[in-house]
Amino acid sequence: MSECLTFHYDVDGEDFTSAGQASVQVKKNLRRLGIPPEIIRQVSIAMYEGEINMVIHAGGGNADVIVYEDRIEIILADKGPGIKDVALAMQEGYSTAPDSVRSLGFGAGMGLPNMKRYTDEMTIDTVVGEGTTIKMVVKLR
Amino acid sequence: MYKHSVELDVGKCTGCTTCIRHCPTEAIRIRDGRAVINEDRCIDCGECIRVCPSNAKKAMCSKMEHYSHYKWKIALPAPSLYGQFANLTDVETILQGLLDIGFDDVFEVARAAELVTECTRLYLKSEGIKKPVISSACPVVVRLISLRYPYLRDNIMPILPPIEIAAMMARKKAKEEHPELKDEDIGLFFISPCAAKVSYIRNGFGSYKSKIDVVVSMKDIYFKLLGAMKKGEQPTVSPTAGMIGIGWASSGGESSAILNDNYLAADGIENINKVLDAIENGNIPQLEFIELNACTGGCVGGVMTIENPFIARTRLQSVRRYLPVSLNRLPSDIHYVPENFYCSELPTYMPISRLSENFSESMRMMSRIQEIKKELPGIDCGACGSPSCRAFAEDLVRGAVKDITACKMYGTKKTQESDSDNQGEI
Ligand SMILES: Nc1ncnc2c1ncn2[C@@H]1O[C@H](COP(=O)(O)OP(=O)(O)OP(=O)(O)O)[C@@H](O)[C@H]1O
Ligand code: SF4
Ligand SMILES: [Mg+2]
Repeated sequence: MSECLTFHYDVDGEDFTSAGQASVQVKKNLRRLGIPPEIIRQVSIAMYEGEINMVIHAGGGNADVIVYEDRIEIILADKGPGIKDVALAMQEGYSTAPDSVRSLGFGAGMGLPNMKRYTDEMTIDTVVGEGTTIKMVVKLR
Repeated sequence: MYKHSVELDVGKCTGCTTCIRHCPTEAIRIRDGRAVINEDRCIDCGECIRVCPSNAKKAMCSKMEHYSHYKWKIALPAPSLYGQFANLTDVETILQGLLDIGFDDVFEVARAAELVTECTRLYLKSEGIKKPVISSACPVVVRLISLRYPYLRDNIMPILPPIEIAAMMARKKAKEEHPELKDEDIGLFFISPCAAKVSYIRNGFGSYKSKIDVVVSMKDIYFKLLGAMKKGEQPTVSPTAGMIGIGWASSGGESSAILNDNYLAADGIENINKVLDAIENGNIPQLEFIELNACTGGCVGGVMTIENPFIARTRLQSVRRYLPVSLNRLPSDIHYVPENFYCSELPTYMPISRLSENFSESMRMMSRIQEIKKELPGIDCGACGSPSCRAFAEDLVRGAVKDITACKMYGTKKTQESDSDNQGEI
């Protein structure tokens, strides 16, 4: 199936206060496409967590949401430090978030597990020192 | 179709584009030099009424004089009315004033608010409810959720807002005290701070039909009421609500009264959107209750109030000062929310921003919008009559605008890389 639509967002690593904006924008665009509310919520949560991670742990990056007839793909790519031990990072409660963001309520170590929970597929490509690309799929119907 | 209460005086509208840029749901366009409101998108927040430099937008309300056929007219003042008068330290003067300007009785909406507060406490203890519970008192918020946050629909508290409960109680009281009155003799007049309540009363709540008969604007009765109050008639009535009921007039009053620390109160549409987006993403943990008011400061900031909301809030403090905490309670043998306080049905999701009913067609239209957007200057100047370049591209694709040259700046500059658009849009 070649017909698809891409929404592209720059996730600014410098501006912490605007973190989470891309997921709000995605919601609007998915509503315009008439995607069911439950799916919009799944995509928006996965996107939100990934976006925040890019801001907190990787200094920002890019987010692409690609809508196909049968699925939505979310691709989050950054040029941050990479994740040394993916299995460990995937564990609930594991976090290296600095104290400065913990006081805002981040750093529970729930982001990656939630991304997995709310999507149908998730793959993490990461190279220490080079960056991380996370691809998630939410199936339609 | 949802019946609205924001009206345009075509003669006064200059087509200046101020309103299209302030409308939080992008419901307004300028067509043929005049503002046109899209009824499906309008949430009756009153923002366009506030910002219009030509006073061309008005809230439709009824005039008291047109309803003289009611033999027994009861005024139901919203508590925000009490914040509109300088140097006032008691509620009695206002209640007496309402009687003096022609009402036969007064029933404070604040009374019902105190009962709703009690019901909220009970409701929060019930099993199997979706938390955080979102207050149903501001109709703008309820409508916004039904248009934009379908996932949060079940978080709305299914208890009727205070005006409805006040209406039921006021009618019952009138019939008990005056058994000779027939139902059609009794007129319930809500004295409203906002246009949204007017719309809500016209449309009801899901399938629920409002029990209010007439809505009068606070602004419209203000001078008459002030005059009556100045005469200084010795009040023959006493206040029937306490601090809690009157507290509902400003933001934080409703939620602080549930006597629970896990609440949040936000006011202003932009803040409300932020809170609702955050709840939808599940990142406001452990909250029990959320109070949201479309108007800055709460109902004291309604478009039909007179006083600045911050001053009104301070005034309310002095009116409330010597009142008991609460004067209205559910009967002591009732430990559950009374059946007639529930609203049977919440508003349903309306996918108003959907481009087409057909998914593939929506995809094609969206892809056209993206292409057209690349051709536009991206400065959101509003000269085309649409609130942003993105909205203009959508209007073209939907066929509401015929030609791209309606963009006055077409061909001047090209930007727009990210697929972001205006903050407020639905
Ligand atoms: N894009 C990324 N680049 C580098 N490291 C990352 C990235 N995303 C996650 N990590 C690492 O994985 C850990 C776990 O991530 P996760 O999102 O589960 O928790 P968190 O972000 O620390 O806390 P929370 O998401 O609950 O606020 C992070 O603490 C961080 O060490
Ligand atoms: S906050 Fe109060 S005054 Fe403002 S729209 Fe909502 S109900 Fe009306
Ligand atoms: Mg995280």
